[in-house]
Amino acid sequence: MYPFKYQKPVSISEALDGLANDSESKLLAGGQSLTAAMKLRLSSPTELIDLSAIAELAGIRIGNGVVTIGAMTRHADVASSSSLRNIIPGLANLAGGIADRMVRSMGTLGGSLANNDPAADYPAVTLGLGATIVTNERQIKADDFFLGMFETALRKNEIITSVVFPVPKRSAYAKFKHPASRYATVGVFVADFNGVVRVAVTGAALVVFRATELEQMLSQRFTSESIASIKVDDSALNSDLNADAAYRAHLITRMAMQAVDSLQT
Amino acid sequence: MTVTVSMTINGLAVVHTIEERTLLVTYIRDICRLTGTHIGCDTSQCGACTVHLDGKAVKSCNVLALQAEGANVTTIEGLVSNDGTLHPMQQTFKTHHGLQCGYCTPGMVMSAVHLLKIIEQPTEEQIREQLDGNLCRCTGYHNIIKAVKEASKIMAKQA
Repeated sequence: MYPFKYQKPVSISEALDGLANDSESKLLAGGQSLTAAMKLRLSSPTELIDLSAIAELAGIRIGNGVVTIGAMTRHADVASSSSLRNIIPGLANLAGGIADRMVRSMGTLGGSLANNDPAADYPAVTLGLGATIVTNERQIKADDFFLGMFETALRKNEIITSVVFPVPKRSAYAKFKHPASRYATVGVFVADFNGVVRVAVTGAALVVFRATELEQMLSQRFTSESIASIKVDDSALNSDLNADAAYRAHLITRMAMQAVDSLQT
Repeated sequence: MTVTVSMTINGLAVVHTIEERTLLVTYIRDICRLTGTHIGCDTSQCGACTVHLDGKAVKSCNVLALQAEGANVTTIEGLVSNDGTLHPMQQTFKTHHGLQCGYCTPGMVMSAVHLLKIIEQPTEEQIREQLDGNLCRCTGYHNIIKAVKEASKIMAKQA
């Protein structure tokens, strides 16, 4: 890891000053991806701005038909919130399945979204629920936020403060894990908003995306049989040693079916 | 550049001047000389470096020492009682032969102790699932699972 300077501001405005003062500075959330990237010298910021002391960035608030989660809320806290589990179990379950328990102690919602790893779990629920990403400057719809591999709509001097998740009637996430890395080879989040269904897919392409064909079928009939024969177009999907594009396309349908089946009572 | 960092490790207050880029595991091992915490993969996969940061298990190779500023850190050395009595989790790892080479053991034990804080009486399936951040290349995990299971029973009786 190359040397860097470090600061731990206690307010968002102080953090913004830090960003403005050094163009090569980076925000440090939980550091579960950034520290690893810095150790490999894939990333070499000159200064880290640690957001962990800004109290207003952490916490879960429920009300007005939405759930608002602070950007610095750790995965473990999202997974273990019983009030959240009552209202959007799909989101709590997804957080409880990110990486491993030690990573979940540190990793944060905002960090995961800002990093936008193509195989990360949080982008799937954020897009799947049609959440809104709130920054110090504006509100960004999930549909406009995830632009490409590790690329988001965030500007250089912009900090995610919270994410607002609409509450669906029911939702679930199914993940086919890479056997070694445990990242999603394919992860599918299915959300049913009283007959209007959203389906978001992570791990399969360069960036999280919505599977519109599956959405249309599931909006008509919310059963796994209704999508069993759908062959997702694999032309834009990833191929690697672990899974080729055709296999990933197959997994998208299968994981969507698994998610739907888990919601049938 | 150097900065001052201070925290509590196993109940003892420590203060040192370090480079900003010092990892928590490096700080614990090289500066505090507590070498029970191991570095296995150094890429946040294997869990050999697991310690408790304010009571929660973290991979100390993936945390900066500065992120632990002001925190309470517990390492494997902090589990044993002052009179030398092993923690129930250490004792059951011994009884059930939950280790062979022992390299993963400190991380495995620290992770398992944290697991029992979250789930007091985990099923075998839950133990396997919750220990997926700790890799052991010798034991095939079976005896580790037995050790955690028995420790959960002993600790429930003590509570």
